[in-house]
Formats: sequence, C-alpha cells, structure tokens
Amino acid sequence: MATPTTSPDATSPRATVAQASIPDLAPAVAACSPVDRSTVRIALAQIAPRLGDVRHNLGLHLEQISAARSQQADLTVFPELSLTGYFLRDMVPDVALSRDAAAVRELVDAAGDGDVSFGFVEESRQNRFYNAALYAEAGQVRRVHRKVYLPTYGLFDERRYFAPGHRIEAFDTEKFGRVGLLVCEDFWHISAIAIMQAEEVDLLVCIANSPARGVEGPVIGTSETYMRLAKTYAQMLGTAVAFVHRVGFEDGLCFWGGSMIVGPNAEVIAAAPHFDESLLVVEFDRTVLRRQRMITPLARDEQLLITIEELNRIRRRRYDDRFDDAQYDDAKHDD
Amino acid sequence: MTTDSTTPNTMTPNTMTNTASRGPAGRASSGVGPTDGLGALQVNPELVEAILTRFIRNEIQRTGFTRAVVGLSGGLDSSTVVYLAARALGPENVLAVTMPYRTSSAETRAHSAEVVEALGIQTIDVPITDQIDAYFAHFPDAGQMRLANKCARERMTILYDQSAAFAGLVLGTSNKSELLLGYGTLFGDMASAINPIGDLYKTQLRQVACHLGVPDGVLAKAPSGDLWIGQTDEAELGFGYDQVDRLLVLWVDQRYSVDQLEAAGFERGFIERVTAMVRRNHYKRRMPIIAKLSSRTMDRDFRYARDWGT
Repeated sequence: MATPTTSPDATSPRATVAQASIPDLAPAVAACSPVDRSTVRIALAQIAPRLGDVRHNLGLHLEQISAARSQQADLTVFPELSLTGYFLRDMVPDVALSRDAAAVRELVDAAGDGDVSFGFVEESRQNRFYNAALYAEAGQVRRVHRKVYLPTYGLFDERRYFAPGHRIEAFDTEKFGRVGLLVCEDFWHISAIAIMQAEEVDLLVCIANSPARGVEGPVIGTSETYMRLAKTYAQMLGTAVAFVHRVGFEDGLCFWGGSMIVGPNAEVIAAAPHFDESLLVVEFDRTVLRRQRMITPLARDEQLLITIEELNRIRRRRYDDRFDDAQYDDAKHDD
Repeated sequence: MTTDSTTPNTMTPNTMTNTASRGPAGRASSGVGPTDGLGALQVNPELVEAILTRFIRNEIQRTGFTRAVVGLSGGLDSSTVVYLAARALGPENVLAVTMPYRTSSAETRAHSAEVVEALGIQTIDVPITDQIDAYFAHFPDAGQMRLANKCARERMTILYDQSAAFAGLVLGTSNKSELLLGYGTLFGDMASAINPIGDLYKTQLRQVACHLGVPDGVLAKAPSGDLWIGQTDEAELGFGYDQVDRLLVLWVDQRYSVDQLEAAGFERGFIERVTAMVRRNHYKRRMPIIAKLSSRTMDRDFRYARDWGT
C-alpha cells in the first residue's frame, strides 16, 4: 500500500488535493505490494498417486513442482490426499504425518519462493488422523485445512478413520490475495462456501478425490456436478476457483481428472483432460476480479449481519438453547 | 395398466421395447417419466468404454502383468469383455479360451470364432467333454444341475491354469443382473481376478456391446449359459432381462421401496420373487462367513483395499 505524504491533518481539503497530483502517484505505485501484480500462474498437478506409498508419491510431487517452476508457476496445487492415495482404510495410521514431518518440510522447501498446496493424512499430537490440505507460501506454512465434511455413505467411509476438522477460514497471500482452501466434500456444503464468501476470498481452492459415478450423460455425473459447483461459486462469490483432482484407479474406483480454473464470470479459463495425468500451468489475469466485482457487486451488497442473526435464530429454534459453546471449543484444541 | 398374471411384468407395450434397437445415447421417448426404469438404464457407451479400457489396463498393470485371459463362450458377456480387453491391452495380449462340452451349441462356437477373427486376439480351444464325462461315469444319476455346475467349475480351473501359462489375469464376465440374481456358479463363472462389466446391467451391456462392434449374431441371440441344449436365461429365470433390469435399477440403484415399485407399475408377485432371489443369493457375493474370536478378523475389521500391495 502506498504511504501518503500528507500534512498531519489528513482530512483537510488542501491535503486531499496534494495527494491527487499526478507526480505524487509515481512513488505510490512503485511502493505497491506484489498483491497488485496482475498476472499469476497456477499449476494444476493432476497426478496418479500410488496407494499407501508416501515415498513414491513424494517423488512425484517433487518432479511436478520442479516442472511447474520451470514454467514460472507461482503456485502448484495437488489433489486431495496426494501424498497417500485415497482408498486407505486401515492403512491410515501407516501413512500419517505430523505437519512438522520431514517429508512435509521437504515438499514445502521444494517450492522455493513459490507456493504449494497438497493433500496428506495429518496425525495430531493427540493421535487423531485428519484428511488435511496444506498451503505453504515461500517456505512458510500458511494453513493446514482439516477436512470438515467427511462423507460416510455409499462407497465412502471417511468418518470411520478421520476426525472431522472444526475450522473453515481463509488466509492472506502476497500473490493471490485472500485464499480459501477446501477439500472435496467441503465443496458440497453451501455453508462452507458462505463462510468463504464472508471471508472475501480472491481464490477458492478445492482439492478432491472423486470416484466416478453416473455414466448416462455426456460426462461422468460427479464431474458434471463439480463443474456446476465451481462455476456457480466463482460467479456468486466474485472469485477465481481452482479445482484440482487426481486420476488413476483404486479397487475399481475411477478418478476422472478434469482439473480446472474458473473465473469470476463463471468462465472456465482452462481445464485438464479427463482420466489422464497432466500438469496444466494456467495464466490467470487477476484484473478480471476487479472488473467482475464492479459489474456484479454481490459481495458489496451482502448483508453478513442479517445472515448471522437469522442463523442464530434458527440455532435457538433447533437446539432449544441447549447449544453449549464451551463443549464445542474442546475439539478445537487438538493440535 | 393390465394385471395379467401370466406375464411377470405389467409395463405397457411401449416400454417393453428391446433397448438394442434404440440408439446408444437415446433416452426413452415413451415411458412413464421418472418412474420408468428404462430411462435409468441408459448409458453413454463411449464414456463406459473410456473408463473400462483404462480400468483393465490399470488394474492389470499395477500387479505387474500386461496380459489377460478370458473364457469366451460366444455369448454377449464374454464377447464384450474380449472386445474391451483387446482395446485396452492390444490383441496380442489377450487369450480367449474356448471350452466346449459336447452339448455346446454350434452357433455359439461359430460366434466365438467370429469374435476372435474380428479382433485378431490369441485363442486356445480346450474341450471339457472327456474330464466331465469321466467324472459323471461314476455318478450317472447326478442330473442336469450338477452337470451344469461341474462344467462351470471345470472351466474356472482351466482358465486359472491357462492364466499361469499365458501370464495373464483372468477377466470376469458376470454382469450386474446375474450377480444380483445369483444367476451364476459360485467359484465357477463368477471367479475372476478383475471384472470390468460387473456394474453393468445386461440391458446396459447390450448398449456398450453394440457401440464396440460386437457381431450382430451375438447381439441378437437369446442369452444362454449353454449348459444344456435349449437352455436360455429367460426360460430358467421366468422373465427376460429387459423386464427384470428395469425393476433392479429402480430397486437397487434408486432405492425404491417395494410400495414405490408397485406404484411404478410392477406386479407385486414379480417384485417379491425378484427381491427374494437377490436376498437368497447374497452369499455368492461375499467371502465365506468366519466365526469371530479375535479383535481383528478377516474382511470385518481387517480392512484393506484388494489393491493393497500393488
């Protein structure tokens, strides 16, 4: 942000006029932080992890990061559980890593001054296992999102093995502005998206592992749903959406790829192929966010306080004032 | 809608049209809307082919193998699997094993030959007449059902031995309709390493087969295990696949209750008969029951992917 060179009384009309003179703007622009840099490159690393083989998968990650960086990628994003594979079942404890583990450190460092996001099984100090997504910026871990919504129906059994996360929050980055990170099923809950809207994200990242279901239409049913969600959220939040999915098979489950970046006008900026491994480096011009937010100022008009009030009213009706904040907070302290 | 007790199904004539005559991606234009199982049985055959060829390649190669072995009877199921395997692995990596008994129909033998020639895959003919007849010479009163199951299991043992000789995995040919109804022999034709068509109803399989170019003769003939002369699935089951698949897809995939199925136009007797068949045959779809004594028992709380170790 520019530091205005005004008189101590910044509200006086004379000070305002001095600020507006053209020569004074030049140093202001020069002092702008990198968040104003308009074009960024996001690499979608659509890999096929080997089930249960963290060492092998780490090698895959290092390869992809290196390739992405040689194409000047600012951020490389991997799918859900990219370090471990998906259908782990009783293998969960065997592939779990603490967020301070050497393998995690190695991956974060490999991104150098760039950003990286990947999926892994996190073991907490209390020995609970989480389906987690980590985002690191230039060697610093900015966020570890523990998947909140764990599908446990049909073919899914996540709540048997994983503890649910308890936080949904965005974080600041230099190159991408405010970033929201969600995992798979989280993306199917409007509530999680509403929180990200309230957080005013500039980039919403969803990493996934979605077994193919529904072969009656032109594309796989679950693929069609993700496309619809990504476009809807991008438009309704006035944000870019990065959806990164994996490929390959596990026990007959087909992971269909189709990673993509969607702009705030619901336009698919770029999409990776279905079924096949790929590294897609996408150039994203962030100035489209400003233009789109001018044209359709949904965030500006959003009434957060009304939302909160109404949700509290509903909470009182449904929980009869039984809801105990103290009880809930305990779960938040599992580091 | 009629309630004619001589036909197991009371759908109107429009909706009983064989789906083989419909274009692969076309939806039913007649029918009674969302409760019509016919719509729910449509698949996109190109999409199915894209997934199943990759499935075959992936699940075989991850075990260290590159080839596949298939028991080819000349019927729709095994022909479709062979087409998929050839496309997935290359024809030189597919071995079709034909295993006729002396009562096997000449027509199905001709269809097998046609499929092998069309694809340029490898093939071997291993008749089972001698060993089957030698066994039953000791048990002349055994009867048709025992003979049929013995043939099915003999074929399984041959396939697994040829699998070792050819260094290829055995691909299964049981479709979803058969698996649900239990219309297959446990440890016989139901045995395989991986099964690419186990999640396709017969009706859906037909759409995929048509798209892949399976010969017309194979597509047109009545489904049959060919375990005795004149055997057909329809005569043995008492209903056709185009009837029962519509019920199964609504009951199994869309979770319709029995009442909802009746409201959709299926006769109560037919519903009860089919659902009972599915329940009674569930044992064929699970591992044998083990008495639990420890805190970690196979297939109950010792839970790993079948792909564990690949």
